[in-house]
Amino acid sequence: MLTVGLFIPCYIEQLYPQVGMAALRLLERHGVRAEYPEQQTCCGQPMANSGCNADAAPLAARFLRVFRGYEYVVAPSGSCVSMVRNHYDQFLDGQPGFDHLKRSTFELCEFLVDVLKLGEVGGRFPHKVGLHQSCHGLRELRLGSGSERRVPGFDKVRSLLQRLQDIQLVELQRPDECCGFGGTFSVNEEAVSCMMGKDRVADHERAGAEIITGVDMSCLMHLEGLIRRERKPLRVMHVAEILDQSEGA
Amino acid sequence: MSGISHPEAAARFVADDARAHWHDQALWWVRKKRDVASSAVPDWEALRDAAAGIKAHTLSRIGDYLEEFERNATARGAKVWFARDAAEHNAVVHGILSERGVTKLVKSKSMLTEECHLNPYLEARGIEVTDTDLGERIVQLRHEPPSHIVLPAIHLKKEEIGELFHQQLGTEKGASDPKYLTEAARQHLRRRFLEAGAGLTGVNFAVAETGGVVVCTNEGNADMGTTLPPVHIACMGVEKLIPRLQDLAVFLRLLARSATGQPVTTYTTHFHGPRREGELHIVVVDNGRSAQLKDKVFRRSLACIRCGACMNTCPVFRRSGGYSYGFIVPGPIGSILAPGRDASAYSTLPFASSLCGSCSDVCPVRIDLHHELLAWRQEIVKRGLLPRSKRVAMKLAGWVLRFAWLYRLAGWLARRVIPALPRGLVYARWNTWGQQRELPPMPRETFRELYRRLRGRP
Repeated sequence: MLTVGLFIPCYIEQLYPQVGMAALRLLERHGVRAEYPEQQTCCGQPMANSGCNADAAPLAARFLRVFRGYEYVVAPSGSCVSMVRNHYDQFLDGQPGFDHLKRSTFELCEFLVDVLKLGEVGGRFPHKVGLHQSCHGLRELRLGSGSERRVPGFDKVRSLLQRLQDIQLVELQRPDECCGFGGTFSVNEEAVSCMMGKDRVADHERAGAEIITGVDMSCLMHLEGLIRRERKPLRVMHVAEILDQSEGA
Repeated sequence: MSGISHPEAAARFVADDARAHWHDQALWWVRKKRDVASSAVPDWEALRDAAAGIKAHTLSRIGDYLEEFERNATARGAKVWFARDAAEHNAVVHGILSERGVTKLVKSKSMLTEECHLNPYLEARGIEVTDTDLGERIVQLRHEPPSHIVLPAIHLKKEEIGELFHQQLGTEKGASDPKYLTEAARQHLRRRFLEAGAGLTGVNFAVAETGGVVVCTNEGNADMGTTLPPVHIACMGVEKLIPRLQDLAVFLRLLARSATGQPVTTYTTHFHGPRREGELHIVVVDNGRSAQLKDKVFRRSLACIRCGACMNTCPVFRRSGGYSYGFIVPGPIGSILAPGRDASAYSTLPFASSLCGSCSDVCPVRIDLHHELLAWRQEIVKRGLLPRSKRVAMKLAGWVLRFAWLYRLAGWLARRVIPALPRGLVYARWNTWGQQRELPPMPRETFRELYRRLRGRP
């Protein structure tokens, strides 16, 4: 049986445990043994994105220690996976096991599509869903082709959701504009961040979405914060929750 | 120089919600035009590769190409000047004008002369300078800098321009029809073109192989300004060089499509030497560029062809406006260039980005803009320019996260304490997140606890 190291980003571990459980059940249902190494904390992205490399470096080293030796590492987050894959070189280049770690760390949907090559995703999800394309998943991991580039269109996350029966994926006016979370940007540039978030929510609302989904709970946490403050009739769900709920039903 | 706080300037822009949305939508419309135009070109991505390759190559041998360019331009009868910095550039231009007794200068758009603050320099020396690009003329009449490098007056509505023209050009009060206003500007500028003793243009591309310079405009103002007066001064940064004439085939297909979504600019004028009985002066400016070239990370942004696509696509720029950057080139590319000039004054600019990466994907010369912004953040920290409070917060968080038990304890405390506090305290002023947003749920159990309970201890 294929065994993967389950990488649960810190904010999911602390604030959205049900997303981690959904990812776990999803992997198990598709024949994967997922182990959760308890010594993991945070990949260090908040520090690294603030330019504080000295504070991020020990966390990168720790991540390698914790996850070295797994055939694959899988996380329900595009942003944190991008940190490992695209930004750990500056801390871990040349360290034993790093090359393997970098190549074998996957975002959940990407793992389901590219590694497990999932054919069938069962279940029904009779809801109107707006897919929020998280920037790092889209533009750093290339989970989709993106609206900027002139390459043959593809979208790994959407392709998974589309396999669910009765799901209605709504069409947005701006299919992949940033929600404005951006880690510390969300408080550093609070005014712009919130305006960006409100604009995203409005786009989903206009398109008739009941649920906004995405691969990054951090973006969804920001959007949920705005939705709940303004008491909008929308809710957020991680893609893993939608897939797990549909299949598990 | 006193520093600019992007977050504060941006918050002021956002405070006028209707205007901020109007600005966002106007620029998003340009971004969509760019999407359509780029879709019509087969192999768009290959063109971007080619452009990036040509720029990287040219920058790696910039000295050789400068010499080749100077040789060929001189052979065609142009006079090539070299200026180390803005002061030298301004002095050269002023020297050319004063030697010929020119007191009236018409200019087409040149971001370089904005960078060098040429207009006030010349005006202080008694020369009347008229910007002839419509957008530039508008901001000049308002005594403002451009707010966007391609669309200098994008921050203004047509009603505001109508009022400005009413006051300054005598158009009818309350008239805001763009056609009417443009015609008024045309008549006003025509007189300036006829009176001018010299015309100054920027340069989009300088071809080493031919010694020619190429200027792209939409209004034909550069052509008027170089055809009517006898003296043409073309000002360029060293990075405008390309090796061969055929390289233009790559850049001209990318430039206008990226900038405005047009297949090509309305006018693409090649100047190979002066026209008959005229003079052509080409002023080549360094002004910090060779220092940037030495830096192996930030040199890549010297490839910029000033199309403005990164601004149009930037969700932050669209919602904070060009002036919030406080630098002559705003947006993602400006946030890389500005701290290169003065890291302390512009230390907030590399943080004026959610690092969404859209800029890197629209850039026609494939500058990895969002990675360079990240690299600048590291530089800002290294130079001790990050505010102490943020530095301490990151240090503390980084330290807590080094110990799993401490991280769990901190999380446990937050999840227990915050829900127990009165709402007024939790959502007080200190809570920047909570000004417009609810905090995330604070569940009793963490994932680790759930996992242990449901899957057993590992």
